[in-house]
Amino acid sequence: MTAATLAGLTGAALVGLGVYGLLVLAHPLRKLLCFNLLGSGVFLMFGILARKGGAAGFAADPVPQALVITGIVVAFSATALAVALLLRLFETSGTVTLNPDEQRPE
Amino acid sequence: MTVIEILDIGLAVLVLGVAAWTIAARELFAAAVGYVAYGLLLSLVWVRLFALDVALTEAAIGSGVTGVLLITAAMRLRGTDPPQASEQLRPMVRVAAATLCIAIAGVLAAGVLMMADPGPTLAPDVARHLGETGLGNPVTAVLMAFRAFDTMLEKVVLILAVIGVWSLAADDAWGSVAGPRPLAHHQGPLTFFAQLLPPVGIVVAVHIAWVGANEPGGAFQGGALLAAMAMIVLMARVVQAPAVDRRWLRVVLVAGPAMFLLIGMIGFAVAAGFLAYPDGIAKPLILFIEAFMVLSIAAVLPLLVIGPPNRPQAGPP
Repeated sequence: MTAATLAGLTGAALVGLGVYGLLVLAHPLRKLLCFNLLGSGVFLMFGILARKGGAAGFAADPVPQALVITGIVVAFSATALAVALLLRLFETSGTVTLNPDEQRPE
Repeated sequence: MTVIEILDIGLAVLVLGVAAWTIAARELFAAAVGYVAYGLLLSLVWVRLFALDVALTEAAIGSGVTGVLLITAAMRLRGTDPPQASEQLRPMVRVAAATLCIAIAGVLAAGVLMMADPGPTLAPDVARHLGETGLGNPVTAVLMAFRAFDTMLEKVVLILAVIGVWSLAADDAWGSVAGPRPLAHHQGPLTFFAQLLPPVGIVVAVHIAWVGANEPGGAFQGGALLAAMAMIVLMARVVQAPAVDRRWLRVVLVAGPAMFLLIGMIGFAVAAGFLAYPDGIAKPLILFIEAFMVLSIAAVLPLLVIGPPNRPQAGPP
């Protein structure tokens, strides 16, 4: 098995782990963390596409690599906005639960 | 089995092990720290895929900056974990979720194993046109020339995120210094590092941004490293964060995308169209845009990490 295939399988497993965490963990920050695990798994699977597309003297296709770099930065932006929303929720309601029945009325 | 294969398998097991641990960790804070370790290990996997630019970005932004964001959030949310009993799932639901996720991973793994080798590629096109950009690093050429539109919009996304984060400020805090209230206690080692690291870090950051034209590196990675230096001095309170209504701060924030857009527009007049560069001076123009982008990235990332202004406006400092 090549390093690329192994990395692709790792990416597939990471997607599975990320979805599992998103589904079963209740804390929003943990969900966010799992969302990032899921995203990096997708990037990794895209990365093996780059590696298998290596041609014309390049070890890996530069186009998917550039897209992954853009993706990492955009994923960070989304995470930062989500963390800010979460901290604001905690500030105003004193809790971080996503369950509407448990949120204290203002 | 060769040594390198054993190392590859070991690395994959480590990555998955740390990822599983961040999900299972009892403490929120420990999970966030685990994520940083995970990101660094993942960047090694990117090195093994011969994607050094991605590895640098993953280490700097995916692991480093995201890690600081998650760790500080975990510290401020201390005590909110574990959740109420009503939010605990029944074992049956967990088993069902695990089964679903194993199925998803299995289908994706089958896709990986069936993938054509060699796969579809745009590498020959990049190689053919690389000379026209004057750049030696094909990834930078894709980011700054062939897919420049994506990169410019991504910079706009970063600014939109800053606007989103700032718009969460309480009414009476608007216009004051960005970030949460300072911690009362003084941290000696952190202050020491905040004075020791930035001179080295700034030189390395500028180097990485500069060599990105021809070698792995570039505006993102260099900008993220500069941002890391800014975050250290902000967290150690060596320097106070700027007030969010400062005009110079806004100019710095939009400098990168604004310069990108401006030169892109000039492309209508002197080259083939929007975001096209005139023959012969593509490389200097790209480096010029990148210099402004480094500046904007170095300002945007720390502002996203420290969050909205969070204390009532005080008098002049």
